[in-house]
Amino acid sequence: MNILVCVKQVPDTTEIKIDPVKHTLVRAGVPSILNPFDGFALEAAARLKDKDPGTKIVVVTMGPPQATAVLKEALSIAADKAYLVSGRTFGGSDTLATSYILSQAVRKMEETEGKFDAIFCGKQAIDGDTAQVGPELAEHLGLPQVTYGLTCEKNADGSGLEVVQEGDGYNQVIGIQFPCLVTFTKPSFDPRFPTIKRKLAANRANIPVLGDDAFPDIDTSRIGLKGSPTHVKTTFTPEQKTGGVIIQEESEEESAKKLVALLGEKKVV
Amino acid sequence: MFEFTEDQLAIQEMVREFSEKEIRPIAQDTDKNGSFPEKTIKELAEMGIMGLNIPEEYGGSGLDEISKAIVISEISKCCVSTAEIVAVHLLTNDIILRMGTEEQKQKWLPNAVEGKLGAFCLTEPNAGSDAGGLKTKAEKTEGGYILNGSKLFISNFGPEEGDHLIIIALTDPEKKTHGGMTAFLIGRDTPGVQVGKTEDKMGLRGAVVSEVILDNVYVPEAEVLGKPGDGFKIAMIGLDGGRIGIAAQATGLAEAALSEGVKYANQRLQFGKPISSNQGLQWYIADMGTRIEAAKMLMLEAADKRQKGEKVTKYAAMAKYFCSETAGYVCDLSLQLHGGYGYMKDYPIERMYRDARIMRIYEGTSEIQKIVISREVIKEYT
Repeated sequence: MNILVCVKQVPDTTEIKIDPVKHTLVRAGVPSILNPFDGFALEAAARLKDKDPGTKIVVVTMGPPQATAVLKEALSIAADKAYLVSGRTFGGSDTLATSYILSQAVRKMEETEGKFDAIFCGKQAIDGDTAQVGPELAEHLGLPQVTYGLTCEKNADGSGLEVVQEGDGYNQVIGIQFPCLVTFTKPSFDPRFPTIKRKLAANRANIPVLGDDAFPDIDTSRIGLKGSPTHVKTTFTPEQKTGGVIIQEESEEESAKKLVALLGEKKVV
Repeated sequence: MFEFTEDQLAIQEMVREFSEKEIRPIAQDTDKNGSFPEKTIKELAEMGIMGLNIPEEYGGSGLDEISKAIVISEISKCCVSTAEIVAVHLLTNDIILRMGTEEQKQKWLPNAVEGKLGAFCLTEPNAGSDAGGLKTKAEKTEGGYILNGSKLFISNFGPEEGDHLIIIALTDPEKKTHGGMTAFLIGRDTPGVQVGKTEDKMGLRGAVVSEVILDNVYVPEAEVLGKPGDGFKIAMIGLDGGRIGIAAQATGLAEAALSEGVKYANQRLQFGKPISSNQGLQWYIADMGTRIEAAKMLMLEAADKRQKGEKVTKYAAMAKYFCSETAGYVCDLSLQLHGGYGYMKDYPIERMYRDARIMRIYEGTSEIQKIVISREVIKEYT
């Protein structure tokens, strides 16, 4: 199997400062970490590799040169190879432009690494919290996608994955064929730690950079600040819907009867 | 000036991150409940830490003495109990590597890499600083030895804990330390090996320490470590490495204690200003900081010399002596900076103060270190 994991370097704090003019994040002076949800995506890939040691895990990030730190971290945990997508013309990209550039990077990396069977992403980054880049990347590449994955396994005939998807109060298993894209949320287990051997190898790793001139066919009107239609007017935490009644009787029939009775009481039916 | 290599810095970063994330949050509970940090040891093994000084051919990470000191020190900053478990384990790895036969290495080192703990059994009820007082006997029998006796205060050995033991026993009571002791490397499941009293300690409450009872334990000749009669020499080689390990624990603890002290002194307002602005306390902080830096240099110097294969008896003793005294000094003053709060279990300095106390005692008391140091220094300057 050939898996690509998309990762992002994010500020390690909830005290994120926002540029009052551009409405973008100010990153200077804030310690950076691997986005935790991307860590879960990497762990999902690592677990597939545990079962099938021939699996190759490639990681990619788009960001400034210092973002190689998270690539090295990913290498020290489970990844076999890493790429940095970094160029001046990419700066200021919103999620749409970012996912477009990443889609170009995927095609470029596939020339060297071979076709990716699956692309794994964190469900969202803890700085922007949009949860858009993964799904947008799938759309740019024309791939089927499952979001909010908890765990995944290869299906019986090896033609795709069975992904346990987290729902609101329930989980469901979704089958998806290769090539595909899955975004991951926090599973019930902790991701593995780096090992000494991997850490030292990561420290010496040579990480190729895909820069401004790496994608000759890229549509420059779709990248950077000018290729980004997003304009953030304000940010707020949406109100959580509260209440709701869960009816879970011994049998479905009893549950249905109780529902009808309750709706009757409220004079809804 | 001592500079770490890029690899050593990477190891330091990795262990620091792990310790801060996984060990510090449970350190108070580990101490309070006296609970052995089994999950942490398993995780450390998965990372390659429990076999860090074992060559790759046996599944280890093949790191150097400085890296070993860095790892112990970083863990110690968050939890000395955990650091002690690791340090003793690495000490037994070291002895097996230096003295074991190929067969012994093949048998025990892969276990050690997996985090199955090693224990070093020298101390007895009447043989602490004076190893010559050893009573545990190994009597020659057909094809091996019969061991009888008991070993006291044995780290990494408990009702559930410990996998393999290095035992120093008397094979010739006449010769004692001069060729009369032999080292054995045996599994904990060897018939006749029993767990005696598990100690209820003042500090290091997460690190298990028990009595080992040896009741007619048959040990085949193949389980002799080194040559018969080499027991005392092996113990001394082990102690050289072990003392640097304690020095690493001590400097890590001292740094953590200073950090707690400074944090508190900056926050605590009295007479309308932080107490860290009082010169009397600033002088405490200056003394603590200076001694810690000196201690670190001495510890790293000893580790570096050992890595280079030099005789380190003097440096190991100096490092153990100075670093453990520094840890005691810094923990005491840091607690003083905390005032009454420092005496309460709500603040980690209370635990650190208790943890520091053993450092001047185990692996040879400060007084014994001074005997070793003076002997070496007199030889050098005479």
